[in-house]
Formats: sequence, structure tokens, C-alpha cells
Amino acid sequence: MGEPATNPVLEMTGIRKVFPGVVALDGVDFRLYPGEVHALMGENGAGKSTLIKVLTGVYEIDGGDIRLNGEEVRIAGPIAAQKAGISTVYQEVNLCTNLTVAENIFIGREPRTFGKISWGTMRKRAAELLKRLDLDIDVSEPLSRYSLAIQQMVAIARAVDIQAHVLILDEPTSSLDASEVEQLFRVMRRLKADGVAILFVSHFLDQIYEISDRLTVLRNGQLIGEYKTAELPQVQLVERMIGKELATLESLEDKAQRSRKRTAAAEPILQAKGVGRTGAIAPFDLTIHQGEVVGLAGLLGSGRTELARLLFGADRADQGELSIDGKPVTLRDPQVAMKRGIAFSSENRRTEGIIGDLSVRENIILALQAARGWTRPIPRRKQDEIVDKYIKALSIRPADPERPVRNLSGGNQQKVLLARWLITEPRLLIIDEPTRGIDVGAKAEIQKLVAELSDGGMAVLFVSAELEEVLRLSHKIAVLRDRRLVEELDNSAGVDAERIMQTIASGATS
Amino acid sequence: MTILKNRLFWPAAILLALLIVNVFTSNQFITLQDGHLFGTLIDILRGSAPLVLVALGMTLVISTGGIDLSVGSVMAISGAVACLLIKDLGNQNAVGSVLLIMAVAIAVSALLGLWNGSLVAIVGIQPIIATLILMVAGRGLAQLITDGQIINVQSSPYATIATGFFLTLPVAFLIAVAAVALITVLTRRTALGLLLESVGGSPSASRLAGIRAKRLTIMVYVVSGAFSGLAGLIYSANIKSADSIYAGNLIELDAILAVVIGGTALIGGRFSILGTVLGAILIQTLQVTVVGIGVPSKATLLFKAVVVVVLCLSQSAIFREKVFGRFKPRPAVRAEVPA
Amino acid sequence: MTVMSPEPVTKQAAINPRRRVYRPNSKYIPILATLALLLVMYISGVANYRNFDQPSVVVNLFRDNAVLLVVAVGMTFVILTGGIDLSVGAVISLTTTLTATLLQGGWPPLLVLPLVLLLGALLGAGMGAVIHYFKVEPFIATLAGLFLARGLALFINQESIPIRDKLWTTLSDMRIPLGEHTKTTPTAIVALSAVLIAAAILAWTRFGRNVYAIGGSADSALLMGLPVARTRIAVYTVSGFCAALGGVLYTINSTSGHALQGSGTELDAIASCVIGGVLLTGGAGYVIGSLLGVLVYGMIGTIINFQGDLNSAWTRIVVGVLLFGFIVLQRLVTRRAR
Repeated sequence: MGEPATNPVLEMTGIRKVFPGVVALDGVDFRLYPGEVHALMGENGAGKSTLIKVLTGVYEIDGGDIRLNGEEVRIAGPIAAQKAGISTVYQEVNLCTNLTVAENIFIGREPRTFGKISWGTMRKRAAELLKRLDLDIDVSEPLSRYSLAIQQMVAIARAVDIQAHVLILDEPTSSLDASEVEQLFRVMRRLKADGVAILFVSHFLDQIYEISDRLTVLRNGQLIGEYKTAELPQVQLVERMIGKELATLESLEDKAQRSRKRTAAAEPILQAKGVGRTGAIAPFDLTIHQGEVVGLAGLLGSGRTELARLLFGADRADQGELSIDGKPVTLRDPQVAMKRGIAFSSENRRTEGIIGDLSVRENIILALQAARGWTRPIPRRKQDEIVDKYIKALSIRPADPERPVRNLSGGNQQKVLLARWLITEPRLLIIDEPTRGIDVGAKAEIQKLVAELSDGGMAVLFVSAELEEVLRLSHKIAVLRDRRLVEELDNSAGVDAERIMQTIASGATS
Repeated sequence: MTILKNRLFWPAAILLALLIVNVFTSNQFITLQDGHLFGTLIDILRGSAPLVLVALGMTLVISTGGIDLSVGSVMAISGAVACLLIKDLGNQNAVGSVLLIMAVAIAVSALLGLWNGSLVAIVGIQPIIATLILMVAGRGLAQLITDGQIINVQSSPYATIATGFFLTLPVAFLIAVAAVALITVLTRRTALGLLLESVGGSPSASRLAGIRAKRLTIMVYVVSGAFSGLAGLIYSANIKSADSIYAGNLIELDAILAVVIGGTALIGGRFSILGTVLGAILIQTLQVTVVGIGVPSKATLLFKAVVVVVLCLSQSAIFREKVFGRFKPRPAVRAEVPA
Repeated sequence: MTVMSPEPVTKQAAINPRRRVYRPNSKYIPILATLALLLVMYISGVANYRNFDQPSVVVNLFRDNAVLLVVAVGMTFVILTGGIDLSVGAVISLTTTLTATLLQGGWPPLLVLPLVLLLGALLGAGMGAVIHYFKVEPFIATLAGLFLARGLALFINQESIPIRDKLWTTLSDMRIPLGEHTKTTPTAIVALSAVLIAAAILAWTRFGRNVYAIGGSADSALLMGLPVARTRIAVYTVSGFCAALGGVLYTINSTSGHALQGSGTELDAIASCVIGGVLLTGGAGYVIGSLLGVLVYGMIGTIINFQGDLNSAWTRIVVGVLLFGFIVLQRLVTRRAR
């Protein structure tokens, strides 16, 4: 592992950060050299964002030390981080779009004469600064006038002008198009040449290989390794990011194997032809049959969630044709999809799933009640009956239907959400990351449930970051990469994690 | 211990204490006279009817995460419409006509609520601002209806809804009871309450659960408008005239206060009808008591202000934590789950 | 077979920095609309009524609306940060009552004046601190402030208190000539100065720009290292100070203090700001806009006066209609800017 000849500008050693119940960072080391682009890689829950928040002073560390230019520092907050020369540009640009471009670069340190802001000087300096980044725009226009890419570059200009030695770019490219990414990369290369150390986070593997010199991989809060990008093949990178969680869930094995033998004659429920949404997912074709489990595999940000949302009308597709039972439909909103027997459980359990104030019972009956309308309440006795049945069937703990759902653990909240949709007796159940962040026992139970539902004839679209899980449950696996469905694999003999990882790493193999 | 934790414990305890004070300070707390009940308690119940009605509608609006500032203006309009029409009646004591007129006034109020609801749900304007429009313009409309005069009416059926008695109890109180019963049935016997709490609790999760929030939102503003209209009728019947300046003046603040005292959070979600009723009666009792115990009337508002300040601060989680929290090292950032 | 092709894209593909079509700067649309409205009202006034073209008509707008103008200036600061201040009317009451009472009690006027102004500022600062540190909604915190200030005012005195202090009566009677037949009052001058000072602060000081930044995005402002806590408390302090100043102007205009004075002024001030193009969600608008809003308010009253047979209720209705129009206009403008 060769490293640049100079000393690191930033050196983090044995960083530890604990949240109630979770060890987010467990003895992580991270080094950043001047004049390099260093990619930070990892899946959800790997600890990337925690590490960045530690570095920007949003979180205080529970262990380890941070050295800047060889000196140990304590970063007390975002402002302290900036003063220490660490600046961050987020995907959601943290600027004030109602102010002008020039102000966004200089606010808080405007050039003044006798306490009065010298607008002329400020505009002139802003224009010069942007010119150095190859950006020739009118700096007296409000920032909201410009595209996200330009806004990001303004944010970078601000960071650079504050004398940042360390520039953190947290998923800056997620919503940029190819030429915008290219322009961003040009700016990054220029800064690199000036000796700025850049920490770069992106879910696009191609971009990582194009721009980064070295990369650090995290998984489950632990350091997996630091590599030179050029020396680490993509497949190995993906392997290291995903890992091979071999905590075997035996009871499931036979079941999954058995259920793979599905009848080929099953009717298609849903057919998508060229369905897509600009900026979210490229047009794709997908057919889901009765009783079939279709797994969506791909890295975080590969478009798995975006695809699933289109099939429920949670977001509207802007192109392509969708038909259910052979009849074309436009999924304007979730109600239309629900009427056709589609159910969708979001990956954002807290913000788009449970309603924390309401009880377990109320959360469970919510979707069914919404479908019936408020004038036709489900009789209380019937509610209790259904809820009791599902609390038992899914072993929701504690088995108290009147407890506010926010007091339940993540796994049990997930089961409540599943129950919410199961009682609507859907024909296609879309579940996005149902097993993320929940304990192993609950995870196995949910996987078992999916297998059983499919055996009972329900179609399931299963989205998960864990390949093992997708492999175990799915009849068919759709692989996504960089917002595009790149391959559809029949989950038969010969398909294993290795095979899928290869597709994720390099696009379709055929 | 569980009783202490109930969010309605303290309001209920304060109300009880105030009532006990009244037992000693008032000449008559409750007596039967000429087949009617009289006394301070009855005055409180009768006097709180308009506030209870307005606060009921406000509760539903707030449960969806909204607010309705226009209730006072709607009260004024409703009273103005009713008095104008009654004055023109050949026989102001014709029960049928008066009832019909009251129905018209309430329908007008409901339409005003529809206007508010449409601005919020369809045009997408923040509730505070949307209802501010009617709050400002509504009183002008009321003045226009009454032509800037105070319209006096001499209609005994109309006066009955404020000052009449039925089965020994004040009619205004019975109307309030009926309204509470209606809203309770409407929200708790149907699924309306659940869906409203869901929309207020998390609009995005509700959308994904297939709830049509727009209709519900419009509906709560219509209900709020109609109930404010009814409250306006009681107010104007009580003074036997339409007063477009003072009818419902500042009642929106009392109503919001009643809702907050009743344990419904201003950000929406869970609501409590019983709590709101308790809150409204508490406010009314407070006003009666302050006078009763000889606190000069000039201190009434100051007293109320102190109560409001304490309530507002106690609603802030951070304040509670800072004041009542145990002494423990403060984390740099409040617990956040890492993404 | 991937979306982002790694081979370098040609240089020409660099994004066109001005990919949006040019259109008149949307941030001036509301203020221009208000100005146009004001001109139309004035011209139609001149066309329809005798003596409407006298300069005194315009000059008196400032005199008659001095209190509202000062309060609207403070409100502008608060609304620009995305907040709201319901307490201003009550702070006026408190100031007028307290001023009158103290002066009646023989306190030196030059002590009373700074004292009541300081009290208003402190009340505002207190509300700002509660809003910022305890995360209480501005609506609720200032509502509590409203009750408190008016409660105090009523507690001090429920009656109207006359002021016989020499300084006050002198100021009240003073007229400042502006040309031949027009004169104005010191209160109008004070109000106009408040507007100019506020406009300068908002345009040319860091504090002013921080106000806009917080209204644009408080989170971003915090991450950019701006003093959010200080600024937010300061805007409520400014608003409290302006309300107190408004109260003082009232006592000068009427040489009396009354605890019910100023009731509802908060609504007039908020409405003036909205009509003047200040965005209620914060981050956009100008004090000059609020000035125009107040003048529209005043102009409606003047026209109704000149008409003579019009019910004063029309003021409220017209204001309501204008509010509706401007709020919808704002929504269209912000939606397009996105």
C-alpha cells in the first residue's frame, strides 16, 4: 500500500462513535493526503455518514483521535471545522438559494468599508474566484437561478476561498448529468493540483474509478481497508463493500430452495415497458408473475428504491407503459395502485412508514381503512380480531395493540408495516429494505414470511442491499447499477453472489 | 402514578380547584329556581358554549397540522346574517322562520370554511396565511352586512338559544353538549379521527398508506366554519343584536389555547375532544373565578398570560429537559440515528 | 453499458451556465406590483375627487400611518427570517400605558423615553430567546407575549390616561413645514427615518444579510457559520423596539395612553408586509415594500374618506382581497423560481 511521500493532512485513528444500541464506528482509521482524491466507500449503515459528521464536528467522538497537520484537534462544531480548514459540500447544497451567487460565497465574511458591505468588491472577487474554477456566470443573480451543478460549484468556491485544506464532497454527483459531472471533475482535478485534499463520496463506481486516487472501505462501522483505486478491481471492491454475511439462517434454506420451483405457467400481474423517471431511473422493462419473488439487487443509490416507487405510484413515471393484468394503467398516486392490489412498504420506516403517535392497532388497519374511506369504519371487534391475528402471526413484540408504535423496536415496526399491507390482501407486495437495521431474529422471520406469501400465490418485489437475502428469496433477480436496470437473472443453479457482484461491478456481462 | 401521567390530569385538577374556590366565593354555586338551575356553575357552562364550539372545530383543524385564525370573523358574519334576516321578518317570533334563518347563517359559515379549506388544500397556502385573509376581510364583510350599525332583534326563539332553558338546563349548554357528542361520534365512531391523526402525524406516510388528505383537510375547515357560525349565533342571541366589531374578537386565541391545554399538539396528530372541552371550560372558569375571588378585573388578562406562558414553555421538550432534566452530561448532538 | 461513460466528454459539453431563459428579476415582481397598485389608486383618486392632488394628501399618509409604518418595519425583519410577531399590538398598548402613567407620575420624560423603548426591546429579546433556544413556534411564543404585554398594560391601568408632559405636548403640536402649504409632524419624520435606517441595515450590514440567509435556509446559515442564534434573537428585539417606538409615537400623536390601543395592529402590520411583497416564508422582500404596503393601506383609507359615503368596512375587505391577490402572486413567483 504505497502512500504519497508527504505527511497526511488529516489522520484519524481508532475513531469510535456509539449511539444508543448501535456502534456506528468501531476503531476506524482514516488518512487523507494533500493533493489526493480519496473515496470513502460503504453500503448503508457502514458508517460513512457518521465518519463525515465526526469530521465536520456534527458528532463528538467517543474514542480515538483526529490529527490535522500532525496536531491533535477536537472539532467542536461545523464552524470550528471550517476554521480548522475542513469544508463540506453536500448533495443537498447547503447554501441560501434566495441570496446572490456572490453573497453565498462571501456571507459572514463580506468585504466591508466602515462597516458597510462593499457590494462591488464582493462581486468582483466572486467573479474572479469562479473564473478560476472555469465558471463564467453572473454573480449578482440569485443562486436559485442556477442548476444544482452550479450551486455545488459555488459551494466549492466558498469552501476553497475559506482556505480549506480538506474538502469533503458528500454525494455531489447524485443528481448531476454526465456533462455536469465532467465539469465537477475538472474543478476537482484543479483543486487537487493546488494541493487540496478531497474526500469524495459517490455511489457511482465508474466515477470512483475515474476520479479517485485511493479509497477506504467501511462496513458495519468497521474499517475493511485502504486501497489504491487503480490496484483494486471493481469486483473486489464490491465484495468488500457488501461482505459475505454468512450468518446462516438455516430454517429458511430448505424453504427457499423449495419455493424456487415455481410453476412456469403463472400469470403475469404487472408488466412494465420502458417505464422510467428522469433523474431517478432510466427506462426499464420488468414483468412480475403471480407467486413470484422478484429481487432487486444493486448498491445504494443504484436506483432500486426509485424503481420500486414508480410501481406503486409513490413517484410518477414520466415515460413508458405499465399494465396490470394486461390492462394499461397510469399510477397517478398510491390510491390507484392500491385499488389494483399493489402494496408498498417504504425503506424510510420512520418518515414514510409508521405514524409514531398512533397505536400498533391503528397503524396496522390504516391502509385498509384508507381504502374503505372514513365513512365505513372497520368495526372495532373486527379490528381487534385482525390485529391480534397478525400480532401472533408475525410475533410482534410487545404484543400490545394499544401501545404507540414509536415505542417498538425497528424490527417490530417493520412487522407492523407488513401487517398493514398484508391485511389489504395485495396481489403484489413491494417491500423496500424490510430487513435493514433490525435484529437477526426478526430478519429471519420476515424472510420466512416472504417465502410463505409467495408460496400462497402473492407476488413480491423484494428490495434489499443484502445479496444473500435476495439470492435466498428470489425467483428472479433484477440487477441495478448507476440508475439503470442492467440485467435480469433467473435465480437457478449457477447464480451466486459472485455472479451478481460481477454484474454490479461491471454492468451486464453478456 | 398513571393518573398523574395522564396529560389531562393537570388541567382537570386546576379546573376542579377553581370550581371548589367558586363554591365558597359565589353567592349561589348551584340552585334550583322556578324550575331552572341557576348559579355560578350554570353561568360557567352557559358562558363557555361559544368557546367550546369554536375550540371543537379548531381541534380538528389543528389535528391535521393546520390552524384557523378566521373563526372570530366567521362568528361575526354568522351573527350579522342571522340578525339581518330576522329583523326583516314580519313576525320575529316565528319559530320556523328563525330556525331556517339560523340554518342559512350556518351554511354561509360552512361556505367560508370551504374557502379556507380550498386555499389550504388545493392552492397550497400555509394555513396561518390562508385563514388570515378571511380573518381580516371577514370582519369587514360582517360590518358591510350590518351596514356598520348594531342590528337589534326582538326574537324570543332566537334569544332562546343563548338564554333559554330546557329541562332545567341552559339551551346554549345543551347545544354545546350536542356538538361535542356529534364530533365525538363523527371522529370516533367512524374512521375520521384515525385518518385525521394520521395526516397530522405524518403527511408523507399517510399518502403512501393511500389516504386522500385533501378532502379531509377541506372537511375540517368546513366543520370549523360551521361551528364558528353556530357559536356566532349564540353570541349574537345572547346580546340580542349583531355586533360585527366585538363578536368573536380574539376568540381564535382562546380557542387555540383551549386546544393546547387539552393536550393536542399544535404540530398536529393525536387530538383529544374531551381535553379541548376541558380546556375551554377551564378558560371560562378562570375568567369567572378571577372576578369571583375579587382579583381586580384588570388583572384577569395578566393572570391568563402567566398561565399561557407556563403552558407554552411546558410544551417545549427542550425547556422541560433543561429545567426538569436530571443532571447528566449533555451530548454534543441530540440523539440522532445514524443514516 | 453504463450510464456515465468514463471517457471524457468533449469540452463543448460544459454546461451552459445560464440554462434558464432570461426574464425580469422575479424578486422585484411583487414590489413592482404594489408600486403599480399604489399609483393606480392615487391616479384614480386624483381623477375622481377634488383636492386629491394636493401634496398634503400624500404627506398626511405618513403622518396618519406613522405608528403602523414603524411597526411594519420591525415586522419585516421578523418575517424575513421566516418568523412572525403577534405581540406588537400588545407592546404598543403596554408602551402607551406605561409612558402615560410614568409621565403622570412626574418621571423625567428623557428617562421615560429610553426606558419604554428598552422594555419593548427586552420583551422582544425574551420572545426571540424562547423561540430560538426552546424551539417554541414563533406563533405561540409571541401569542404568549401578546397576552403578557396586554395583561401588564391592563394591570397598570384600564382607562385612557392623558399626558400633560411638556415635551410630549410640544412634540405633538410641532409642525415641520415642507414647502408652502404642506407641513408634517415629527412622528412622520421618525417613521420615515426608521424605514430608511432599516433599509440600510438590511442592504448593507452583515446583520442584515444574515437575516435574509436565515429566512432562506436556517440550516444552511448554521452550516455556513453564521450567528443564527444572535440574529434570530436580534430580529425579535428589533420588532419589540419598533413596537415600543410605535407606542411612543402614538402617545405623541394623541397625548394619551390607553391599554386597548394598538389592538389588531399586528394584523395590519403583517398584511402591509405581505402586500409589500415580503415573503411570509422568509428570505425575500424589502422594507421599502413594507412601506409601500402601509401606503396602500393608508391610501385605501384616504379614498374611503374622500368618497364619504363608503362604509369603513370596505378598508378591511379591500385589504383582504389584496392579501389574497398578493399571496397567490407570491406562490406563483416562488413556484416558478424553483
